Parts: sequence; structure tokens; C-alpha cells
Amino acid sequence: MEVGLGHYLTVGAILFVTGVFGIFLNRKNIITILMSVELILLAVNLNFVAFSAFLNDLAGQVFALFVLTVAAAEAAIGLAILVVFYRNRGSIAVDDVNTMKG
Amino acid sequence: MLGLQALFFYIFAFVSIAAALMVVFSRNPVHSVLFLILTFVSAAGLFLLTGAEFLALILIVVYVGAVAILFLFVVMMLDLDTTGLRQRAQQYAPIGAIIGVVLLAELIIGVTGTYYQPHLATATALPTPPLAAMSNIQALGAVLYTRYILFFQLAGLVLFVAMIGAIVLTLRHKENVKRQSIARQVARTPATAIEIRRVESGKGI
Repeated sequence: MEVGLGHYLTVGAILFVTGVFGIFLNRKNIITILMSVELILLAVNLNFVAFSAFLNDLAGQVFALFVLTVAAAEAAIGLAILVVFYRNRGSIAVDDVNTMKG
Repeated sequence: MLGLQALFFYIFAFVSIAAALMVVFSRNPVHSVLFLILTFVSAAGLFLLTGAEFLALILIVVYVGAVAILFLFVVMMLDLDTTGLRQRAQQYAPIGAIIGVVLLAELIIGVTGTYYQPHLATATALPTPPLAAMSNIQALGAVLYTRYILFFQLAGLVLFVAMIGAIVLTLRHKENVKRQSIARQVARTPATAIEIRRVESGKGI
């Protein structure tokens, strides 16, 4: 059985849904939410690369490279905010976020 | 007869999906991060199978080498106690499962449905040069530094802003630490820096 575009898209879809489900399951734990976002971006990248390979179009890989860049920047900023928040509050419960002022 | 490529595809796909599930369901955040690394490595294997060699290696270098290690640092530095978090979070599992199943069904219908038309392959924006003429990294570099140079520079700007932001957010000036202030050093004049006193002989100041 030859591996086609649909196979890769299915793997990407399952990874994406896993990430979305992770956001709901770990709604209180912001670190796991960030990891779920990384999973979602990975799934998007997988779709880009699969389409790029099977449509013989290099633009998909270029775009995946930019998605990778944005994902790295997002992780860095998110974790920095998390560290500052932990310093101020002593916990990372998402419930406490709405007590921030100013 | 299962081809070698199909065999590796199924191995990588299974490992990446299982590891992604473990990221979500693992109780210990450290285990989650380690499973995230496994997900990235097996996704890099999938990238390699499609022929995107450069992206596969970049995925390992950037994600496994930088992002996942950053997560690991933060998880270990913050010393979290997530048992209480996990207890309260269980109530959201059913609605998350419902949304997940609906989303997956939609995606599979979209993927396998009639909306995807293979004849679009003729309308490529940027045809990949044949592998015999140019390797993957060479082809990417040839367009990245010419046609996509503006976006490439903007990506660099995004990373730069992220770096500045992360430093500004987490930098903490401690008290009682002597620091060099170049502006103050340059602004010193003899009038403010030294004081001349006439000392009489035989006496101290």
C-alpha cells in the first residue's frame, strides 16, 4: 500500500486534534497548554510539508520554515511571561490570571 | 508487500501520535516535555520521508535543541505541583473530547472528500526543482534568499523582537549590585569628580 497525501494529512489531523484536546483537558496548567499549541503548530507544519511534497511545490516548505520561526518566538515569549507570572504569584494556575491589574 | 517507505511511515506516524497523546495525558509536566521531544523527533522522521530534509533537521535543531529544552528548563525551574491542577481540570475532559471528535470528523471528511482536487498540482506557485539538479537545502536557499528575502528578514525581526521581549520580561535588577553606567562615566568632569583640599603640614585632613 503506497503512502499518499491522505496518510500524511490524517496524521496531521490527529496531531492537531490531540493538541486541541490537550488545551481543553489541561485548562488549568498553562505549561501543558503551551505544549499543546506546539503540537498544533507541528501538525500545521506537517500538512504544509506533505502538500509541498505531493504537489511538487516548494512554497509549502518555505512557509513551514516561517511557521517554525513564529512557533519558536511564541514559545520563548510565552515561557518568559510564565516565569514572570510565577514570580509574582507563586503559582501558574490559569484561574489566578484574571486577578492581574494594570 | 509493504514497502520500506510505508513501513517507516507507519512507525513514525504511530510513534508521533502516541507521544502526542502522552504529552496531553501525562500527569508529570517533565514527562510531557520528554514526550514532546519524542513527538518532534518522529515528526522529523515524517518530514524526512516526504523529502523535506532541511526542515526535518531544522525541526530537530530548533524544536528539540531549543524549544523543548526551554520548556524543560522552565518546568524544572518553577518546581510545579500540578496534582491540584489536574484534579480540578477533569471536568473539562468531556467537552474537550466532544470538540475533538467533531473536529477530527470534519478534518477527515475534508481530507478524504471531494474538496481536494489533485489536478491542482499543475497550478504550483513554486515548482520544486528535480532532486538530480538540486538538493532540497539548495533549492530552499535559492528561493529563500531571493524571492522570499523580505519574509526571511521579517522572520529574523520576529525572532529579534521575541528575544528582546523575553529578556525585558525576565530581567530583574537586584539591589546591592554594582553596575557600570557608561553614561555617568562619560559625563564626569574634573569639577564633579575631584575635590582639591589644601592640607596644612603636620596635620591630617
